[in-house]
Amino acid sequence: MTIVFVETDPAGEVTLTSAEAITFARKNPQLLPDGGAATSREVSGPPSGSTEGVVIGPLSDAAVDALGRLGVGVIHHLEHPDLAEYSAAAWAQAIVDVTPESGTLLASGTPRGMELMAHAAVRTGARMAANVIAADEEGLLRQVHGGTAFERLRLDGDLQVLTIAGHACTPEETTPITPEIIAYDLTVAEADLATRVQRTEVEAADDASGLTSARAVVGAGRGVGSEDGFAEVLELVDHLGGALGVSRVVTGLGWRPHTEQVGQTGSRISPDVYIACGISGAIQHMAGIEGAKTLVAINTDEESTMVQRADYAIIGDLHEVVGAVNEEIVRRRG
Amino acid sequence: MNILVCIKRVPDIAGSVTLDAAGTGIDESGLGHTMSSHEECAVELAIQTAAQAGGTVTVLTLGPAEAVEQLRAAVAVGADDGILVEAAGPSAFAPEDIAQVIGDVIRDRAAAGQTFDLVLTGDDAADTGDFQVGIRLAYDLEHPVLTNIQTISVGGADGGGGSGGERGSGRIEARGIGPAGTEIFSLDLPAVIAVHEGGVDPRYPSITGRMKAKKAQVVEYDAPDPGTGSPRIRLELPEVKASSVTILGEGPEAAPALVDVLEEIGVIRP
Ligand SMILES: Cc1cc2nc3c(=O)[nH]c(=O)nc-3n(C[C@H](O)[C@H](O)[C@H](O)COP(=O)(O)OP(=O)(O)OC[C@H]3O[C@@H](n4cnc5c(N)ncnc54)[C@H](O)[C@@H]3O)c2cc1C
Repeated sequence: MTIVFVETDPAGEVTLTSAEAITFARKNPQLLPDGGAATSREVSGPPSGSTEGVVIGPLSDAAVDALGRLGVGVIHHLEHPDLAEYSAAAWAQAIVDVTPESGTLLASGTPRGMELMAHAAVRTGARMAANVIAADEEGLLRQVHGGTAFERLRLDGDLQVLTIAGHACTPEETTPITPEIIAYDLTVAEADLATRVQRTEVEAADDASGLTSARAVVGAGRGVGSEDGFAEVLELVDHLGGALGVSRVVTGLGWRPHTEQVGQTGSRISPDVYIACGISGAIQHMAGIEGAKTLVAINTDEESTMVQRADYAIIGDLHEVVGAVNEEIVRRRG
Repeated sequence: MNILVCIKRVPDIAGSVTLDAAGTGIDESGLGHTMSSHEECAVELAIQTAAQAGGTVTVLTLGPAEAVEQLRAAVAVGADDGILVEAAGPSAFAPEDIAQVIGDVIRDRAAAGQTFDLVLTGDDAADTGDFQVGIRLAYDLEHPVLTNIQTISVGGADGGGGSGGERGSGRIEARGIGPAGTEIFSLDLPAVIAVHEGGVDPRYPSITGRMKAKKAQVVEYDAPDPGTGSPRIRLELPEVKASSVTILGEGPEAAPALVDVLEEIGVIRP
């Protein structure tokens, strides 16, 4: 059996990355350490019901519906006053409580998913592989070196714990089913609450979710030139109703906050279009934009990786080019 | 407060890489080396925290003999001393092995009179991206653990500066970015905290820092055999995609062509 930790957003909807992870689980019955030859009902039966989900906290009708459409046959619903605030240790133990001794436990490779799976791996004595992108008879394939290379590996043991790299898989719905919902009487150990979130400060600037869900992201790199050089790109962001994403050089120089950083150590995004302005295309930046459907580069250097990897490019100074793009948009609006 | 920061020597990669002859590692011969970026921030956080609370910063690495360069780089920006656990083939160690080795060294240092109130790691290393070593180490040490932390400050019941107890005392406040905003945690020491870059800017070494780094004390350990061993079969490289870029033009004159593309995708606000 493959059991997936499902993240939901504040509105109670299943997050995009969790939908990816569920799709990955459903499409890879061979995730079982024995190569999928097990005779469990999940693997030998029809695809529906082969994947089970774990939801911690409120479970909305929308989430149940979405999970049914993603082919999740059973939802383990874990609710307890002590789990209302996030605590990795307590949440991980709750997940472990419903995880069978053999099979696969997985989550998407978000900060939460990574942290919970690592705790769960220690608590079950399992091995864990982070950032998995594929699975076949030979084993697992995962991203290493920021996506420059892949590691082929095999996790021994009855239970294997994984996280699925963001955008390794496109969410796909299947024949809808009505998931069975199982609720539990949980006990939460006091010691596991030592790492509980005390409070959350919500500021607009902290919200990276706008970046990960935007349909259009305008990227800005060192080529912007200075802290004051963002006027044109911000105007373009506004025209597109999108989000600004920046390279690490930009955050490193303190021009913009780290929440806007895209890449290996920033957000991983999957917009319909990513417009990279003055960004060279270092591998660690590319790791964050693999999910972009259309890639546009605006760069003075025709030879840069970003231009070579783009679908469309304009060669030139980004301030002039983006300025002209803004003018053209305004002109067409009339 | 005595702080240990676990750092890793990693190849400094900007573009594509080639594999070594065995196909189990990347060819590092033409590459420079650096410290993983989360760990650079962990070192900075440790220096700031030790300055605030009074105490020392020790850096530890499990790696080849050359990894002493990364230890000295940390001393050059303000760490006090280093511990090198020399392993010829650190890629043979699984995350659980690395956590075990570090845990054993920490216990050995404690027996020698050097205890740590706080252990910092990076969230994950730039090369393996395992995201487990800090958490596994915390369980091995029976300490609480936080990950994805960007800043820490000393605070709580007794100020956290150490009240003369044998091991870490006091509390520490830690902040990290959660899905809904900045999350604030409060933890009793001793604890393990895995740091995510972005909360602090690593400083540059000063001339005196560099001088100090040359003379810094580095305690050396031999790594034991990896216990469980790495599950790696081999490395593979992604397919190199041939460029299929459409150059829309040069300079501002190309703007209308890009607006056409954006209109076609349907992302321009009406
Ligand atoms: C462990 C690790 C993790 C990392 N994580 C990330 C990450 O998450 N995200 C990330 O982005 N980076 C990350 N990096 C850094 C990465 O390696 C690069 O250093 C960084 O992405 C480069 O940023 P840049 O493209 O803005 O700058 P540069 O590489 O300096 O490129 C600037 C580009 O702008 C162009 N340019 C200059 N002037 C103009 C102009 N007027 N108009 C148009 N174009 C112009 C230049 O031709 C060049 O292509 C990481 C590095 C490491 C080691």
